[in-house]
Amino acid sequence: MKPRFLVLRAAGTNCDLETAFALESCGARAERVHVNRLLGGQAALDACDALVIPGGFSYGDDIAAGKVLAVELLHHLRDPILALVERGGLVLGICNGFQVLVKMGMLPGIAAPIGVQEAALTDNDSSRYEDRRVRLVSVAERCVFCGPGERIELPLAHAEGKYVPRDAALHRAVVAGGHVALRYVAADGGAPSYPENPNGSIDHVAGLVDRTGRVLGLMPHPERALLRVHHPAWTRETPPGAGEDGHGARFFRNAVLYLRG
Amino acid sequence: MPPSPPSYESFRVEVLVRAGFSDARGNAARAELEQYGARGVGAVQSVRGFSLALPGGRAAAERIAAAVLADAVTDVFAVLGEGELLPLPAGFSRRIDVVKKAGVMDPAAEGVLRAVRAAGEDILAARTYSAFLVAGEPGAEALRQAGARALGNEAIEEISVGAGRPVEPLAQSAPARFLRVVVDLPESDERLLAISAAGGLSLSLEEMRAIRAHFRAAARSPTDLELETIAQTWSEHCKHKTLTGAVEIDGRRYENLLQETIFAATRALDRPWCVSVFSDNAGVVAFDEDFHVTFKVETHNHPSAIEPYGGAGTGIGGVLRDTMGTGLGAKPIVSTDVFCVGPPDLAQDQVPPGALSPLRVLKGVVAGVRDYGNRMGIPTANGAVLFDRRYTGNPLVFCGSVGLLPAGKVEKNARPGDLVVVAGGRTGRDGIHGATFSSRELHSASETLDSGAVQIGNAIAEKRLLDALLQARDRGLYTCITDCGAGGLSSAVGEMAAACGADVDVEKVPLKYAGLSYAEIWISEAQERMVFAVPPEHEAELLELFSSEDVEATVIGRFTASGRLVVRCGGAPVGDLDLDFLHQGVPRVARRAALPAAREDEPDLPSPESLGGALLQLLSAPNIASKEWIVRQYDHEVLAGTVVKPFAGREQLAPADAAVIKPRLDSSRGIAIGCGINPAYGDVDPYEMGLLAVDEAVRNVVAAGGRADRVALLDNFCAGSCERPEILGAVARVAEACRDAALALGAPFISGKDSLNNEYRCAEGSAAIPTTLLVSALAHVDDVRRAVTTDLKRAGSALLLVGVTRAELGGSAWYALHGRIGRSVPQVDLERARETFAAITGLQNGRLALACHDLAEGGLGVALAEMAFGTGLGAEVDLALVPRASGAGGLLSVERDDRILFSESPTRFLLEVAPERLAGARELLAGLPHAVIGQTSAAPRLAIRGLERALVLDEPIASLQRAFAAPLDFGSPAARPAAGGPR
Repeated sequence: MKPRFLVLRAAGTNCDLETAFALESCGARAERVHVNRLLGGQAALDACDALVIPGGFSYGDDIAAGKVLAVELLHHLRDPILALVERGGLVLGICNGFQVLVKMGMLPGIAAPIGVQEAALTDNDSSRYEDRRVRLVSVAERCVFCGPGERIELPLAHAEGKYVPRDAALHRAVVAGGHVALRYVAADGGAPSYPENPNGSIDHVAGLVDRTGRVLGLMPHPERALLRVHHPAWTRETPPGAGEDGHGARFFRNAVLYLRG
Repeated sequence: MPPSPPSYESFRVEVLVRAGFSDARGNAARAELEQYGARGVGAVQSVRGFSLALPGGRAAAERIAAAVLADAVTDVFAVLGEGELLPLPAGFSRRIDVVKKAGVMDPAAEGVLRAVRAAGEDILAARTYSAFLVAGEPGAEALRQAGARALGNEAIEEISVGAGRPVEPLAQSAPARFLRVVVDLPESDERLLAISAAGGLSLSLEEMRAIRAHFRAAARSPTDLELETIAQTWSEHCKHKTLTGAVEIDGRRYENLLQETIFAATRALDRPWCVSVFSDNAGVVAFDEDFHVTFKVETHNHPSAIEPYGGAGTGIGGVLRDTMGTGLGAKPIVSTDVFCVGPPDLAQDQVPPGALSPLRVLKGVVAGVRDYGNRMGIPTANGAVLFDRRYTGNPLVFCGSVGLLPAGKVEKNARPGDLVVVAGGRTGRDGIHGATFSSRELHSASETLDSGAVQIGNAIAEKRLLDALLQARDRGLYTCITDCGAGGLSSAVGEMAAACGADVDVEKVPLKYAGLSYAEIWISEAQERMVFAVPPEHEAELLELFSSEDVEATVIGRFTASGRLVVRCGGAPVGDLDLDFLHQGVPRVARRAALPAAREDEPDLPSPESLGGALLQLLSAPNIASKEWIVRQYDHEVLAGTVVKPFAGREQLAPADAAVIKPRLDSSRGIAIGCGINPAYGDVDPYEMGLLAVDEAVRNVVAAGGRADRVALLDNFCAGSCERPEILGAVARVAEACRDAALALGAPFISGKDSLNNEYRCAEGSAAIPTTLLVSALAHVDDVRRAVTTDLKRAGSALLLVGVTRAELGGSAWYALHGRIGRSVPQVDLERARETFAAITGLQNGRLALACHDLAEGGLGVALAEMAFGTGLGAEVDLALVPRASGAGGLLSVERDDRILFSESPTRFLLEVAPERLAGARELLAGLPHAVIGQTSAAPRLAIRGLERALVLDEPIASLQRAFAAPLDFGSPAARPAAGGPR
């Protein structure tokens, strides 16, 4: 049985098609669902194995990135989303989806339940939208989407991606609790400066995972790195026999493998 | 009329960044204010403002501010009742408020309403604004002036320095009173013209006479709406009267210039893969068994001159709607943008009165494309920026869109009995007279007088419309579709009804606010609207589908078989036009054109003392320098189809020739998109400029792996007033060049657009832009996995130069550095170009090249440097090995290092070829001029030996890269004022 993923869309979501395609090509059954349908009844959410909130500008990012959708989900779909995680399901927020999860208080999720915002993804230090490739290292021990110690290159594109914790104590809890999933790194694997850390994120945080390891949010776009030809320097190395997978495929494959048990 | 609103109180919520967190917008605003001349500015703190009409009082405002408007981690907020002001923090002395003028779109307010209601609170209306608190002691008036330049735009916003100001959340406007207006058309020519001028109709005397004769024959006078409809339909913008008119040049007479040049070439080529050319909103070519691709490039020049941000945003919004309105609706898959602006470093006192500074225009148009395109979720993956002083008062903004259209969805026809449905945004007073405005010249008061012609886009409204439209298309719920662009409903309905007829009632059109007259509703160019012809049996399903996607759709009338366009207001007839007259009645224009003359003689420039220094200078010239600061602000990867991105190489610093896109997620077939534009060549010879633009566009797509035998082209002409014979002459020569190049290269033009009257009138007279041709190319790529990028791949490869280098420097970047134009403009050998492009395609198919870059502005020197950027590699080249020939009428000898290095001879490619592939590559190039001119090296330096065999240039790639990167790296962008909006 293919695990069933809901790819949530709202006005302004714009990465839903390629995200659903990435999931399908990694063995999932993916269905794109408009938030209006979920607001009219949560049956689809109750029947799924995973919820993906893809990238885009939900509601134009009016007020702040992901804010309007976060308020909607928090006020109308909080319980079925919590129930999904409770029963072993997955939640993945990519870019705008990550912004939504953070504004809902689901990530980093130090002090459950959700609803209390602990960190922010705020204006990039450059104060502008930037699209560029970043180098990452995965660090979380328990993230089902990506094991620790992997060097990954992904594209990223946003104006509000700077991770800022509420205060230093909160960030210590984030680190101690193993909530950092991905960090930006320099080409040599060392500490990055701009633009290797493209937005000025505190402690170079690029992705966060919750206490269960089943809720992940990240600013970079794995669905834009599904294939080898998605990498900006793919024309440089064409090793014979190398697969067509790009660096982002692992996130979707691992999620599907996990759900298949 | 809506019922009067229930009682409410207004509150302003002002949100600031909490102490200890960085205020990126405030910091950016400070930098901008200083740049625009405000002195003594200390810290700047940004304020996001929300004005709310709430039935629930202050307690509700506090709850809403905490739960919805302010970020719990990074923000603090204040709730302010009527008359209350935010106290300035210690050390802050001034406050600048930026508030949209009444009637200007406020897209962010929509999200505020949705979120507040989702949080379970009542709210009647909201408006957003922004403010900046300024520390230090800047003078109030200087600060206001800098604020007006840096933080907002007085065409659409009120910018004030003070203590803060009330912002009314509810738009107050009186309902319109219905008054049918009939216009008597007088006998006197003078008074006829006065009617055209007073109404802003831009109709000529001949046209006014034709209208008078038409209505006299019907024994009545036109209504204002009828006159407006004719003016919109007959506008230069919609009808292209000049270029489809008769032109006499140099003893040749064209009855219809475009028909007999560009269209004729397409007809003669008769390519089976051309599906729809010059008829729909975009050109359509075959892609694979299931899909076609569509391509269209539009200009949006005049609105962008006045409000660059809104102008460029609605420019991209408009061309995306062209795609959505092609066939039964294509899905946009990639966008392009090309800007022509004044020099970025032009001093403020050199900017003509009433015009915006070039840097301001550039930053505004970039932000506009960024915020609209990124929100729509369409990658912007190709483009160009050109700088020339003559664009200062009249910048050019070209927005292009490629779409994917199911093969069976090309034909569309509204049928009598179908319903006329308008869907998308609501109609307001925005953009009235856009079509006629864009057909006029700009003047120093345009910035303030014509603000009604400027629109602010709402990308999310258009995204919703796109999501709904594609589903309705696939379910077959409508028979015809078109976008509401210039001329609004008058053009859209008039066009769809052309072959049948229509009867519509403007009172049914949903409005943003009360108070619009019937004529205003009819010609409003409010954005994000499309018109559908819906068979009555699909009405319910279509309306339900649209509503589920939060798109408003309304039946406003019916298509008929009457051959007439009948418009009513609340049932009362206000217009009844014969559609034949509307579409065919415009008097034909006949104009004389003069052959333009070259402007100056060939200069005799001495050899530069240092070729390295010369190359550094060229790399820093704005037309050549890196556009990375711009390009990275565009999402060029959304939809996951961008395979060759704007910058290639290990560190993504080598500029690409073309974008390669994989339109289908499930297929490796692709397209390459490129462009060619260089107005400087036109200063010498517009005909050669036309050939060179086509050569460059084709070069770019072929270099990246596009098939030379499957190239489709678009033409976009921009010029000054064609009343002047030498300007029309230049345009006619460009059209002839397009015809000749298309025929010789076998690359048909499939769509095009012109924008004339690009002039700026000021005290010293009227200044025309240089006659400008943008050629956009779309080529088929059989398998994107065979695409080739520009970056050098490894040390020890051969550098293979294809094409002949001549002393062709007229209009070159090298001459421009010396303030010269010259005469030795590059000459395209079309026959050899066709063979060369075919050979390059053969090389790419055989995977014989590791890298490929075309030679363009700055010639061989610039191409070599660009290929090495960010690769860790270098190159060693010997100029004596370059295939060369005398040329350009023998004006100059080519036997000089600087001329070989900087010549802009066309149809040249520089390829990196692995030694083991070299023989195979040379075999494919047999009969064409080519030579190995050097090799790649592990040392990251560019080393060049001259004709005398000595090392004449030896520069580290890193210093070349710095010279290339620095000039157009503007740091922080213009702080956009909308609260929660673009940033």
